[in-house]
This record gives sequence, C-alpha cells and structure tokens, in this order.
Amino acid sequence: MLAESLALTAALFIIGVIGVLVHRNAIIIFMCVELMLTAVNLTFVAFSRFYGPAGQVFVVFVMTVSAAEAAVGLAIIIAIFRHRQTINLKDINLLRG
Amino acid sequence: MEPHYPLFYVFHFYLFGVIALASSIAFVTRRSPVAAALWLVNTMFSLAALYVMLDAQFIGVMQVLVYAGAIMVVFLFVVMLLNLGHPSELADARGTGWKLVAGLVGLGLLSEIMVILRTKLPQQLVVPRDFNELQLQKLNAVGTIAEPLFKDYLLAFELTSVLLLVAIAGAVVLGRGRSVRAR
Repeated sequence: MLAESLALTAALFIIGVIGVLVHRNAIIIFMCVELMLTAVNLTFVAFSRFYGPAGQVFVVFVMTVSAAEAAVGLAIIIAIFRHRQTINLKDINLLRG
Repeated sequence: MEPHYPLFYVFHFYLFGVIALASSIAFVTRRSPVAAALWLVNTMFSLAALYVMLDAQFIGVMQVLVYAGAIMVVFLFVVMLLNLGHPSELADARGTGWKLVAGLVGLGLLSEIMVILRTKLPQQLVVPRDFNELQLQKLNAVGTIAEPLFKDYLLAFELTSVLLLVAIAGAVVLGRGRSVRAR
C-alpha cells in the first residue's frame, strides 16, 4: 500500500497547488494550503509503517504547525477585510510594483 | 518488503482513496467558500480512514478532531464573520490563462514526483515487518506515538508549545482591531 499512498499524496498535493494558483479568494487559498499539508501527512504515515513510529510523531508536529498557521492567517484575513472590505486578492495589490 | 494484503483491505483502501481524490477535486472547483470547506472536510474524513488502515489509529482520531473539527470550524467561522455570501465575492477564479498555467505547473510537479517515486528505498532503514503491530500490542495506539514523542522528541514538543503561544498572541493582536468607531 506504500506506492498507492504516495501516488494519492502526489495527486492531493498537486490539486492543492492548482487551487492556490487558480483561486483568488484568500480563504479558499488557505484551505488549499491545508490540503497540501494534509497530503504530506499521508506520506509520513505511509512511511512510518515501514520506518518506525517517528513518522507519526512528525504528523503531530505538522498538525500543530498547521493549526497555528490557520489561526494567524485567518486573523490576517480578518484584519485585511477590516481595512479593505474585501478578501479578493485581485484588489489587494499594494505591494505590486 | 510489503506483505500480502487481503482483498477486503485493498478494496477499502482504494475506496477511501478514490473518495479523497474525488472530494478534493470537487473542493478545488467550488467557488463558494462554504461548499469548498465542506468538501475539504469530506477529504479529511476519508484521509482519516486511510490513516486507520495504515496502522496509525491515533493520527486518524487527531485528523478528525483537529482538522475536520477544529480547523475547518475556524474557517467556517471566518466565512460567517466576514459575511462572504454575496455574488460579487464569489466570482473569484482567475482567467483561462491562469488555469492553463496552473495545469501546466501541476503536470510538471506530478511528473517530478513520479520520477522521484522510481528511486529505490533504502533497505537498511526498514524496521522488521511486524514491528508496528508489536508496538501497537505492547503500548496501545497512544503509547506508540507518546513514547518517541516524550523521549526522543521532547525538546521539539516543548518548542511546539512556544510556537502555539506565539501564534495565539499574534492572532489576538491581529484580530483585536484598532477601535470601535471603525464601523
């Protein structure tokens, strides 16, 4: 089941990448990043079956980091919305030269 | 290296894999954030089933509790808080050129990953075949993770708590708002 897990991981990760590139809604982009993190977790679990339980420990760390990232990122989105009344990335181009 | 699996196991593995893939495709093609979030929850659930089938029961439970439960609820809370239902906010996808570029980038990444998958795995790192089953019987599903987490990775675990504290403080500072009269 290792090869199947890795293929599924690759497919999910790339769907996440395509979502980040295609969408303009900041919240959906964040959800695509979460999908990418989860896909990587599947790799860790699949390998931990053959290389010992350390992979599962790393999954715990990845989950913690993604929870922290979601909290900070959504707070940034709320702050942006408070200033600009939108979260469409088309309208948030202050740093574009 | 891989043991032989019964047909029942293989069938369910492929079933949950296909569910995860299909609902992630449905997730990425939605325009409404709420529908996208619900499809993502579906993906997380089927991934949790896959974790359980891969002998990682505790990780499966964590996946349901943390991802499908907590993180997605936070996302839906933000959607509700910002009131993103009206149609002008929903027309968010980029044009055809961007979709083409995204598809090409995806194909490139996929081919790279497939090339990497062709390489041989280092055999000398492989644990004995029934090692994980023995660990599960000896230490339970929680103990299998808790033993390395609190022995080998204790420093990383403690640093994670600092990371969470910083993230909470940052979220509170960012989300607090300047004053009441802003509205």
